[in-house]
Order: sequence, then C-alpha cells, then structure tokens
Amino acid sequence: MPTATDHLVERCREVVEDLSLGEVRRWKQEHPQAAAIGYFPVYAPAELIHAAGMLPVGLNGAGDRLDLQHADARFGSFICSIIKTTLEMGLTGRLAPLDGVLFTGICDSARNLAFVCERNFPQQSIEFLHLPQNPASSASAGFLKGEYQRLAGRLEQLGGRKIDDRGLQAAIALYNENRALLRALYAQRAAQPHQMRTLDLYLVMRAGNFVPVETHNAWLREALAELASPAAKPRDSLRIVIEGSFCEQPPLDLIRLIEDAGCYILDDDFLLGRRWFSEDVPVNGDPLGALAESYLDRSVYSSVRHDFRHRRHLLLVEKARRLGAQAVLFLIAKFCEPAYFDYVLFKRELEAAAIPHLLLEFEEKAFTFDRLRTEIETFVESLLFD
Amino acid sequence: MPASIPSEYRGRMHQAQRELMQRWYERLEESARSGNPPAVSLMIAGNCVELLEGFGAVPLYPEINALQLAIRHASLAPILAAEELGYAADNCAYVKADIGALLQGLTPTGTRLPTPALVLCNFVGCNTYVKWFEHCAEFQGAPLTLLDVPFLRTDEPRAEDVAYIVRQLQEIVAQLEAITGRRFDAERFREAVRCAARVEEAWSRIKHLARRTPSPFDAYFDAITLMGPLYVYRGRPEGVAFFELALEEMEAKAARGEGLYDQENFRIVIEGPPPYPFFRAFRDMFAAWKAAPVASTYSTVGGLWEFGFRHDPDRPFESLALHMLAHNVTNRNYLQRYQQIRRYVEEWDADGVVIHFVKSCRLFSAGQGDMRDYFTRQLGIPTLYLESDLEDPRYFSTAQIRNRMDAFFEALEHARATGTHRRGAALVRANGPAPGDEPAKVAAGPTLRILD
Ligand code: SF4
Ligand code: SF4
Repeated sequence: MPTATDHLVERCREVVEDLSLGEVRRWKQEHPQAAAIGYFPVYAPAELIHAAGMLPVGLNGAGDRLDLQHADARFGSFICSIIKTTLEMGLTGRLAPLDGVLFTGICDSARNLAFVCERNFPQQSIEFLHLPQNPASSASAGFLKGEYQRLAGRLEQLGGRKIDDRGLQAAIALYNENRALLRALYAQRAAQPHQMRTLDLYLVMRAGNFVPVETHNAWLREALAELASPAAKPRDSLRIVIEGSFCEQPPLDLIRLIEDAGCYILDDDFLLGRRWFSEDVPVNGDPLGALAESYLDRSVYSSVRHDFRHRRHLLLVEKARRLGAQAVLFLIAKFCEPAYFDYVLFKRELEAAAIPHLLLEFEEKAFTFDRLRTEIETFVESLLFD
Repeated sequence: MPASIPSEYRGRMHQAQRELMQRWYERLEESARSGNPPAVSLMIAGNCVELLEGFGAVPLYPEINALQLAIRHASLAPILAAEELGYAADNCAYVKADIGALLQGLTPTGTRLPTPALVLCNFVGCNTYVKWFEHCAEFQGAPLTLLDVPFLRTDEPRAEDVAYIVRQLQEIVAQLEAITGRRFDAERFREAVRCAARVEEAWSRIKHLARRTPSPFDAYFDAITLMGPLYVYRGRPEGVAFFELALEEMEAKAARGEGLYDQENFRIVIEGPPPYPFFRAFRDMFAAWKAAPVASTYSTVGGLWEFGFRHDPDRPFESLALHMLAHNVTNRNYLQRYQQIRRYVEEWDADGVVIHFVKSCRLFSAGQGDMRDYFTRQLGIPTLYLESDLEDPRYFSTAQIRNRMDAFFEALEHARATGTHRRGAALVRANGPAPGDEPAKVAAGPTLRILD
C-alpha cells in the first residue's frame, strides 16, 4: 500500500518531471488574466512576483529528458548544461506559458543567456536584475532597494496591477513560512538522516518551483508530518555535506545514488534560492527595504554571491563541523566555473581542518553513474572502514 | 593561398610602446623594493586607473602579466602548477597562469612584482574577475575590495547606478587613504581625467582612420600593442604624448595612402580576444590573405571610445562611473555587442566578421553561436567562427584554423569573382532586414514548436 508520503513524493515527481510546465499551464487556465514569470536560478525575489498577482516559476533546466537539437549550436563547447537545456526548452516552445523570465548576474554564461533569450523570445519580457556584490558598501542596500523598485515597476506594467506594501508584506510572510518549513525539514534530516530520503525531500522542495507558494506550504507541512520514517534503522553511512550544486541540479538518480552508496547527507546546496534567507525577512516596516537588507545580511553563502566580509571557505568548514559531518562531497556541474574556482579555496581550508573531501562532476543529462558510484563507494569505504 | 607574408608596419610608436611598458615594470619593481609608489591591482575591463593617480599609485594588472607570459610562450608551466593546486581544466586560463606564476615567483620580464597595497576588484562585467582577485588577495595576503559596477541592463545607464558607483569610489578613496597613509590629491585626479580625455580622443581618431580604404591601422593586432599604454598610462602625460605620437604616425600613413599591406584584399571585423600563445601565427594567417582587421571588440574591453564617450574633468567621479557602466564592451549587454559589431561592419565598411571563440572566457564566448546566427542568418554577413584559447597553448590547432580561414576567404574571393560580393552598409542592406523593418532590438525568427 502506498503511504501518504509516497503519494506526495510521486505527485511532486510528476510536477518536477513535466518539461512542458503542466502545472503552470493549469494555473494560467485558472487565472486567465494573470502572468507567470520564470526565474533562472539561483536567487530571485519571488515575493515581488507573487505580490504582483503572478506565479513565480523556478527554472532548473531539463534534467536528462531533453535532447539538445538547437541550443548546442547557440552556446557551443565548454558551457554548462543548464544554459543549453533552458534555451532548448525555450526554442522548442516549452517555456511558452511564461510571460517573462527574470535573470540575475549568476555568472558570465547565465548573463549572456538572458540576452540571447531576449533576442530569441521577443514575445516574452526578459528582465535582468543586478544583485549587489559589495555588501560592505554603505550604498548597497539603497541600490538594491532601487533595483527591486525597478523590477516592481516592470511587473506592474506587465500585470496592470499595483504592488502595494500590504500585499508585499503578505507575500513575504508566505515565503517566510515556506522557508521556515524547509529549514525545519532540513533540520529533521540532519538530526536523523537515516529516517529521511534526500531524494524525497528534494522532490517536494523542487515541486515548489511550479505551484503557488500557498500550495507548496501545504505540501511542506504534509512533508514535515510524514516524510520521515521513524522506524528506519541507521546503517553504517558516511555523514557528509554536499557543496557545489547551487545552480545546475544533479540528476535525480545521482542524488539517490549518493545515499545508496553509503552516505548520509546532512546538508546540501540544492535549490538554494528557495532557502536563501537564514532568518525571516521582517514583515513590518518597509518591505522592499527589508528584502534588500535581508539579501545583504541574512542570506546564505553561495559561489555566485560575493561577500568578502564572510569568507565562504571558512563558512563551509564551520558548517561541516557544526553538523558533525565526516566529509564534504563536492558535486559540481561540468563547466560550472564559479564552483570550480571556489573548490580551490574550499579544498585548501578543508585540508587545513583535516576534513576529507571528494570531488565529483556531473552533467544534467547524464544517466549512467557506474563510475561515480564506484568513486563514492571507494571514498566511503576508505573513511568508514579504515 | 598566397605564400609570401607581407612585413608589418614598425613605427616609432612600437619603440615608444616597448619603452613605456618597460618603465612600468621598473616602477612596479621599485614598488616591490620600497613600497613607493604603492601598487594597486586592477582589472582591465572598464578600469578606473585615473583614480590611482590621485594617490600617485601604480596599477598592477594581472591580465597584462598573464598575456605577457602567453605571448612569450611561458604560460603552460604556471597553468599546470595552478591545476596541481585544484584549478579545473575548464577554469579561465588567464587566472591559472597568473596564480601559477604568482606561486612560482615567475614574472613576465623577470623583474619583481610588488604585493599590492590593495587588491581592487573593479567588477566590470566579468564574474571571473571576482574569483581571480579573491584568490590573488588570498595568496598574496593583501587587502581586498570589490567595486560593484551594475551590469548595463537597460539601454542607457541609470542615474541610480552612477550614484551607487560614485559612492563606492569615495569609499575606496577613504580606504586607500587609510592604507597608504597618503591624502587623496583631488587636483591630480582631475588632471589624470583630463589626460585620459586627450588619450581617448587620439585613440578614437586612430580607430576612425581605419574606416578609410586602405586602412592605415590594424585595429586588432596593433590595437593590442597600444592597449598596454592605454591602460597603464591613460591618466598620465606620458600616455598623452604616446597616443599623440601614434596618431601622428597613422595620419601620416593615411596621407600617403598606405595600408597594412601592399594591397588590401579584405576588410574584417574581429570579435573575441586573440590566441596569445600563437599571436604571431594567427596574425600571419590574416596577413597571408591581406585581410585588414578594421575594427575589433577586444580593443574595447578597457573602454569604448570610438562612438564618442570621453572622460570629463569637470565631473571626474561621474565620468569614471559612466565609463565603467556603459562605455566598455564587457559591461554592455550581449545584444549591445551585436549592435557594436554591426556598426563596425556598416561604418568601417567590412566584408565580414571573424568570431574567435576562446575556451577560457565565457564572458566573450558564451552565446557566440547565437551571435553567428544573427550575423549570418539575420543580416547575411559572411562570418567565420574559430575556436581556440587566449592563454592555454593546448587549445590551438594551426591546421584547423588555417583551413577554416582559407575556406572563408576563398568564398569571399569567389563572391567577388561572380559579382555577388558586397561590403559594409551595402552588404547589410542587401541581405539584412530593411531599416525600420526590424523589431526594436535584434529579434530572431519565431520560436519553434515543440518537436516531440
Ligand atoms: S551551473 Fe554554473 S556555469 Fe552554469 S549557469 Fe549556473 S553558475 Fe553558471
Ligand atoms: S573570463 Fe574572460 S574577461 Fe574574465 S578574466 Fe577570463 S579572459 Fe578575462
């Protein structure tokens, strides 16, 4: 008999695997006047889109289910998969339910993609948001608030509806709840990793890319009650933290494989944008200002967010120690330059702290993992049974 | 293919360039020895070298060091050393060569390089810069600051963006005062901005000379020669003197009707950086076809002045901000680059576009297939697409590049022989959409349907 959890997870898997954005099409049918706005990972102020009466849609590539027919020629060699699969989805009409797509300055490839989309999809409104990279400057918060204001103006124009403070505060509250639920699920897994499958958690989290936040909050509440299996017995597994998958996402089978090969995942950076703020964004007072300040001062570290006040490599070591991780697994998308660069300093710091690590590269569209499985198993064995 | 390679122009400006760059390395060595002048690391893209003059500081450009290593065929060893350390095969090789050299104590000229008083990451377009400078600061134990320049995401720079940059520049001034113990000399800064405007005027005029047929100026390979002084000396009287000399020489050449070769066969626009480890070989391949590079995007990394922008001594901080925001190729958006190249084809009267994809540099290369689609399919402009790298000698295939180049120029020759050949504005008019016919930006055809 399938349990409630199985139903939830299966439902979420269908939502995630539907490359033609069925949930979004359905939502648009139910809301014929309203727009859907896609956002390219990593971070986007979904609250603003929500407050404009629109559906924010997180884009995370197409996994292994899309053949590249056109995008390869546009982006050529040495470019990560998510750039190409996203463009391919657009070139094959799969992004048609989106009225606009929001990009941020994640990396040089992502930035150029924004403008290639602008040329190729003239019927969509493409917006590019600059997120400040120098939080130490006293000018950054004001600048970012202005940037959010500009975006709000664009959304108002597109949707024909004003974004007011009350509506934005309500949206922030909903997203605060969403993030709090995700934090609780992550805490639950970190405390009892044998009771919760990471792939289940992941699918439930990722399904939130395609449905209204209210719906997703209900799913997460259900997950919080049901996702853990208290009867599960602990096994001999290596307690690890995953780093490097903040943008392009590893194939679902690879996430499962990591656990099957003997790892307990205590923390990861999958779908980071959904869990960007480490604390609630204040809901009283000026909401745009609160969002801006939270971006600068209450957000997680990532290889594509620069904040020299807090060094990422120290934060990773701190995180591994805090969670009692025995090792770090770098799971890096092929050709993801920001992740490659950070690896150098991460590695140095981990070695100094005597925390072992393993570096693996993946591609969205990979479907055989024999070599990766062997590498993980060997790594686990060398640490657990030596 | 014609066998003999025409010998290239060697003027007084080449000698002067060598001397200036040598003096720069001497100043850096002096800084390494005594701390005076203080050195500040900067990135080339949309650099704000004028600001350093307000402190009498000398710029340290890791990019120039990296390219010097490559051009001297010395980049592979430091690249390998960096890979040993954990850098990936697919990281920008500029960074790898520089960090590897730093750790090996290797410098392009054998002179000592200083530890910078400040690693100032002027984040103008390239995200890799941020990582590069973060690593430089880490490995050199130097203080690090990021100057956040918003990417140009609207057609014109916004007043908010200018104010944001000016504010940060002022914070950096205060920080440099604290670090160097020197007071910022506002008058000297203004003077540097004044020098820059004169350099830019001369440089822009040189570039406009290339609109003539034959072009007296090689706007790619020789432009690169001039780029060292342009970035190191733009804010100094030596820079003004140098660029006025170069202009004088080019004007004299133009007056004599002299081109790059005994005869100018083709006029091309080049997009993308050169393969520095094979700089000479690459240059010779164009020379063999007597193809004159009349314009290039790479020569606008540090600043785009041929369309009219100048620094303004009456508004020194604002003009620095505007320059970083909107008047260099790296911070302008990708479609603005298409338009820049298109303008070159039309106004510089070119036969075609050469797109050089370099593996290292996603800022330049990511999406160049789409760019090619725009030029060939949308505008009907002959376009040659080449792939190699700007720093890593392992990614250059002489035979492959030569074959493609030969095929490209043979096709142009054939078009000429059959009377279908067009050039410049006539080329775009003949094959591209009529003016006013084109959607606002550079739209492509309609979106395809779902295929499965
Ligand atoms: S996966 Fe890496 S390289 Fe690709 S878009 Fe994301 S950050 Fe950029
Ligand atoms: S990515 Fe390109 S622009 Fe950036 S540092 Fe490397 S070569 Fe320079």
